[in-house]
Amino acid sequence: MTDTKGKVVGVNGNMVSVGFEGVVSMNEVAFIILGNKRLKAEVIRIRGNTAELQVYEMTRGIGIGDVVEFTGELLSVRLGPGLLKQIYDGLQNPLPNLAEKCGFFLERGEYIYPLSTSLRWKFTPSVKPGDSVTAADTLGTVPEGIFEHHIMVPFNFYDTYTVKSVKPGGEYTIDETIAELADSRGKIRPVTMSFEWPVKRPVSHYVQKIKPGKPMVTKSRIIDTFLPVALGGTYCIPGPFGAGKTVLQQVTSRNAEVDIVIVAACGERAGEVVETLKEFPELKDPRTGKSLIERTIIICNTSSMPVAAREASVYTAVTLAEYYRQMGLNVLLLADSTSRWAQAMREMSGRLEEIPGEEAFPAYLESVIASFYERAGIVQLKNGKIGSVTIGGTVSPAGGNFEEPVTQATLKVVGAFHGLSRERSDARKYPAIHPLESWSKYTGIIDKNQTEYGRQILFRGNDVAQMMKVVGEEGTSTDDYILYQKSEFLDSIYLQQNSFDPVDSAASVERQKYVYGLIFDVLGSQLNIQTKEDARAFFNGLRQNFLDWNGTGWQSEEFKKLEDTIRKQIADRKTGFEPAAAEILKNLAS
Amino acid sequence: MRKVYSKIESIAGNVISVVAEDVRYGELAEITSAHGKSLAEVIRLSGKNVSLQVYSGTRGISTGDEIRFLGHPMQVSFSDDLLGRIFNGSGRPRDKGSDLTENLIEIGGPSVNPAKRIIPRNMVRTGIPMIDLFNTLVVSQKLPIFSVSGEPYNELLARIAMQAEVDIIILGGMGLKYDDYLFFRETLENGGAMSRSIFFVHTASDPIVECLLVPDIALAVAEKFALNSKRVLVLLTDMTNFADAMKEIAITQEQVPSNRGYPGDLYSQLASRYEKAVDFEGAGSITVLGVTTMPGDDVTHPVPDNTGYITEGQYYLRGGRIEPFGSLSRLKQLVNKDTREDHRALMDGMIKLYAAYKESLEKKSMGFRMSDWDNKLLKYGELFEKGMMDLSVNIPLEQALDNGWKIFAECFTKEETNMRSELISKFWPNT
Repeated sequence: MTDTKGKVVGVNGNMVSVGFEGVVSMNEVAFIILGNKRLKAEVIRIRGNTAELQVYEMTRGIGIGDVVEFTGELLSVRLGPGLLKQIYDGLQNPLPNLAEKCGFFLERGEYIYPLSTSLRWKFTPSVKPGDSVTAADTLGTVPEGIFEHHIMVPFNFYDTYTVKSVKPGGEYTIDETIAELADSRGKIRPVTMSFEWPVKRPVSHYVQKIKPGKPMVTKSRIIDTFLPVALGGTYCIPGPFGAGKTVLQQVTSRNAEVDIVIVAACGERAGEVVETLKEFPELKDPRTGKSLIERTIIICNTSSMPVAAREASVYTAVTLAEYYRQMGLNVLLLADSTSRWAQAMREMSGRLEEIPGEEAFPAYLESVIASFYERAGIVQLKNGKIGSVTIGGTVSPAGGNFEEPVTQATLKVVGAFHGLSRERSDARKYPAIHPLESWSKYTGIIDKNQTEYGRQILFRGNDVAQMMKVVGEEGTSTDDYILYQKSEFLDSIYLQQNSFDPVDSAASVERQKYVYGLIFDVLGSQLNIQTKEDARAFFNGLRQNFLDWNGTGWQSEEFKKLEDTIRKQIADRKTGFEPAAAEILKNLAS
Repeated sequence: MRKVYSKIESIAGNVISVVAEDVRYGELAEITSAHGKSLAEVIRLSGKNVSLQVYSGTRGISTGDEIRFLGHPMQVSFSDDLLGRIFNGSGRPRDKGSDLTENLIEIGGPSVNPAKRIIPRNMVRTGIPMIDLFNTLVVSQKLPIFSVSGEPYNELLARIAMQAEVDIIILGGMGLKYDDYLFFRETLENGGAMSRSIFFVHTASDPIVECLLVPDIALAVAEKFALNSKRVLVLLTDMTNFADAMKEIAITQEQVPSNRGYPGDLYSQLASRYEKAVDFEGAGSITVLGVTTMPGDDVTHPVPDNTGYITEGQYYLRGGRIEPFGSLSRLKQLVNKDTREDHRALMDGMIKLYAAYKESLEKKSMGFRMSDWDNKLLKYGELFEKGMMDLSVNIPLEQALDNGWKIFAECFTKEETNMRSELISKFWPNT
């Protein structure tokens, strides 16, 4: 709390103007005192003796002359053990605790400490007195669920410190001092298990950023095989409403092979968060056998919650992600949806009467989006370990038109683009990622030449389909028709995936490689087919068997039986290999 | 006694400004002019300058009119006395009944804590096969009907209201044609549902600001009833008028427009209303059914577009029928597994064949040759449209499912339907 005192001089929507005397810093947190309530706000502009604040709560009832207290601190999150399994709002208030206190509704001005202060954590020290440490160095560990949570030197300790004392192994709460550090001038600073860090400042306590290379497995075939995402990479999912953005995010949050998933529901439907909220404790993480919620943090600021806190929610989420990255873990942050955050910026910009850019979004939209995605990355930590933050953001373009500013600003900075199409979702082809328009700059789990061959078939098959619409089936040559059938075949049994089927919803890397190998065989084969009816019958039969195959457990009896049938089906018609495909296989073998 | 001000500094659009002290943001004031009294709401404070939005419009307001601040935000009376009554957008009686002033509640309250929400699990039966069978409406769902002017969307709303098994129906009418208002009143009266209905109606000729209040008042009342363990159905027609009212007001206030003149917070404004739909654990529920007319039948227009991102699906009403394509109930999966075992399979099977029918129809219109299969599909499409899509069909879900099987049997062999064999052996009609 600083000595600066202010008084409200104007209210316009969720923006409050405050006249002050003393010192005010940009982006510091202030509280507007309204009776017995304290409403959190952030300074977003200073002009002379007037500061403009965006208020994280409803502003109804605020009057001229109301007292404002300035804290002198930037909007921060509290970091420490106990973050996992939590459900926070954008300002890191634990929602279940808030519900206990206030009942059904989110009462404004209620803030609850984000971490439990009574829970005792079993601390094992890893330093001893006399050791020299700097920010983000590990002082000891506590077990947090399935992870070893590192208790680190607070990130804002910028000096080099000597450990004066450290508590022996035992159980402590997050508020107890576990170590004392002396800075270079000999001043002693006590350290607890938790500390605060401003959300808008990236955590940069690492040796270097590395180029993302290793794929992040999502178990979605179209993503892993054709449009891969790398650990520490970024990707975006734009799509019109109803195209399945949120379902895709939910499936990814379940299946992704990472250590920790942070779900930031930013300005979207509350109902969808509830599904995650209620289902995750019941679902098992196949990698650990524990429930999925043990590796999840949910940040939710749904569409009817105060708009200003939307921006805070994505920053809160990415800061928590960076914190766990510092322990050498791979973290996936799913933000749904970044458009709502951009809209929140637009609202505020309008209130500040800034000169509007395209579609009234502020001119700084692009740089803000860019600096958010740039917080992703795979890094080498000081202790040699590797940690990563992968960011996947959905975009909700107005009218489903990807030309709008938020989509375009996002496309400039991400490494993969998974564009959803209305056409595909209307045809119930899920996931509705458009295989031809989307792209990825990362390396996937399958040889690039092989997947490129598949993509070419999709392109050419699409051309044939367009042509057929004009000239009809009668006017299409049998060769072209076979090509078209091949592309439809690849689409329906590989690109499409049933996210409600227990087996089909998650395809392991091993399985994808195996199945795609067989599909490549079909795509690259010259087939003994004379008529279009014949082609249709052959591919229908093959498709049916592949669909059943996708639903059988990996290497189960049934799986093997169906595989035999399929291989026979192919062998019956195969007369040879297309030269290009043979070339790819030859290169692959060598 | 609060101070009375009698000097209006400026009047622009529906907004007046006065110099006043000790005024709070969102507070109400009462303006007494030569044409009667009107409420106004504080929408901006800047030093001593207070801007107020006048509910009944500023026409005829003079700079010397009296303004008295009431010291509280907009409120509405809540009690069982509301049932069977009709009010206007600012909560004043529209029927000949008395003004209600007891037990006042604030409108536009805080949103529900997501941690207290539950996964919806009960269906709302409407007797319309295109809804019950293909896109089931679920308690606590928020769903708009996307339509164009001239379609019978109000008739559809009224019918769902009459047939839905709910305790209380609240109609929020915005920019309603007077005829439509009379239609709703007559239909509910004739159907004997008026005693469990409450109307908040803003007609097209009423002051524009009142249009903005309708959803808030309707939903505030609905919320109280729901907390008192009532199942409430809220009908909002037409939300495009609501958005247009917002646009009109934003522009007269010189706000920077974002998309086709609509204010930048259109999404948040719509969301804060639709998100009131909720199922309270251990209490009642609110289901919101809205109408969004699409100007020019364009679904990418900002109003339907933003609505689509907020709501849990939509019904397309076109040509007097609910379209099977495009219509979607996001929550149907949560309930249609527990109705009857053939529900999901029949739903998918019938739609797939109807899609095939559409393809055949297209082929036919382009002059391609019709195969036997095409002819079967053509017959099927016709029966499907008559037996399922026609809005005059009014049957419970179970009967609709039986009819589905009958249509199948009339057009196809068992194998051609692609239904699972155990379902065929159980439900295929014996002829």
